[in-house]
Amino acid sequence: MAEPMRIRATMTGDVADVKVLMNHPMETGQRKDAKTGQLVPAHFIQEVTATVGGATVLSANLGSGVSKNPYLGFKVKGAKAGDKVVVNWSDNKGDKNTAETTIA
Amino acid sequence: MKKQIIGKLLMGMAGLGMALGAISVHASPEGDRQELAKYYTSKYPNIKMEDYVYGALAFDADSKSQYDAIMEFPPFESEVEKGRKMWDTPFKNGKTYSSCLPNGGNQIAGNYPMFDEAKGKVVTLQDAINDCRTANGEAAYKLNDMKTMGVLTSYMRTLSNGMIMNIKAETPKAVAAYEDGKKTFYGRKGQLNFACASCHVQNAGNRLRSELISPAIGHAVHWPVFRGGDNLVTLQQRYDGCFKQVRAVPPPQGGTTMNNLEYFHSSLSNGLPMKASVFRK
Amino acid sequence: MNALRRNVLKGAAGASTVAIAVAAGLLKPTQAMAAWNAPAFDAKNVGAAMKGLDVSSPADSKDIVIKAPDIAENGAVVPVEVTSKIAGTTSIAILAEKNGTPLVGNFTLSGGAQGFISTRIKMGQTSLVRAVVKAGGKSYTAAKEVKVTIGGCGG
Repeated sequence: MAEPMRIRATMTGDVADVKVLMNHPMETGQRKDAKTGQLVPAHFIQEVTATVGGATVLSANLGSGVSKNPYLGFKVKGAKAGDKVVVNWSDNKGDKNTAETTIA
Repeated sequence: MKKQIIGKLLMGMAGLGMALGAISVHASPEGDRQELAKYYTSKYPNIKMEDYVYGALAFDADSKSQYDAIMEFPPFESEVEKGRKMWDTPFKNGKTYSSCLPNGGNQIAGNYPMFDEAKGKVVTLQDAINDCRTANGEAAYKLNDMKTMGVLTSYMRTLSNGMIMNIKAETPKAVAAYEDGKKTFYGRKGQLNFACASCHVQNAGNRLRSELISPAIGHAVHWPVFRGGDNLVTLQQRYDGCFKQVRAVPPPQGGTTMNNLEYFHSSLSNGLPMKASVFRK
Repeated sequence: MNALRRNVLKGAAGASTVAIAVAAGLLKPTQAMAAWNAPAFDAKNVGAAMKGLDVSSPADSKDIVIKAPDIAENGAVVPVEVTSKIAGTTSIAILAEKNGTPLVGNFTLSGGAQGFISTRIKMGQTSLVRAVVKAGGKSYTAAKEVKVTIGGCGG
């Protein structure tokens, strides 16, 4: 489950533009496996939190309606180049992942 | 003989009009490409030639903006990353792909497919990769195995991003292979009796049911693609799909017919920049 | 108390239960903030999903801009961008109204985060994509239709 998460964070004026790509199958629980015909159990990211410079900026709940390998983009005013961006997610099976970068 | 074949083809393609009729007079790969470019640009004067790399997306701003949004951070990046690891992993003998491909494998994809005079046949980039593998004691990959050849080329072709497509057919044998590919492209086939050109020349820019049809110029520069951001598909797999859609039996991938088709079809994109790997619907 | 705790852990608890749990000191506020809102996400229609989000009859707002395609290239990956120009926006929820479970995501913004979220969603069929924004204790909404077709040439 240690598939890497990717974060890009750049400044546009005084607003940080943060883009995150998580690696996750985001199974809805409704899809049948093409080979076995069995339903593939639901497996999706439920919670995502992001901090910039230590302050929480985003706390998200996701459903299985988010596309495979979820993408999230958000904008943070008052951040500055060099601030640390940390993103955490956890899924419905209790798997977790974290990644960080600094704003370019 | 050549004139006869082309004459027959044109008879089968009454709708194509004068622009392409001119080809039969001085058939040459560059002449063919220019005639086709003229046909498209006179039909669609507002679409710039450089935008043909986007295929049907060039005809529809709504589609193109989705492409742009997805390509900003493509969901398939980790697959391409797997391809990078495969590319960087040495063979058992210690050699690597870059040690046996021209120019270390950089900026070469636009030269393929090429006609190999020694072998007397068209060689695709996938063939060159397999030649590299077998020369180093490794088993060849299956051309349509997406977990190996597909993922590897999804990265390998990024090494040629920005290269200008530059397919050459200069010798008599090469031109014969090119003409064979052209015959497949313009020849009607299948229960629907469609040629590749029926859709991608005569009806490029029109809708087939809900689908906007892409022009043949620009088709070959961006493969493999990740359809739906997830499902990796090579150019010859796409041909296979086209054959099936017109209810024809597809020739085998990697065989002479497919390779010659890819050779001809790729040359239509000469002058356009390569870009891998991209999103398509 | 044990039953309550179990409910919270199962994720079956509604927002009010979580609030009680916070009050009772069972959950630290930081944990509670991210707790997954099962009733809203399991809801099979927009009304129930909104109820789960503690939203009732949100006001239509032209200050919410939804950037989504007119016709989706592929229903598995539909880019959706929501911008809320409403001052003091604290959360943005995105719903695909005709999905089996319409609520796709609920994004709580804080600490300088702008009223903006960009993501990609799955859509099973042509439907309204709805954004619900909370700001200053009130809720607002806007919607845009996205057509979903089957198939695709992919050339």
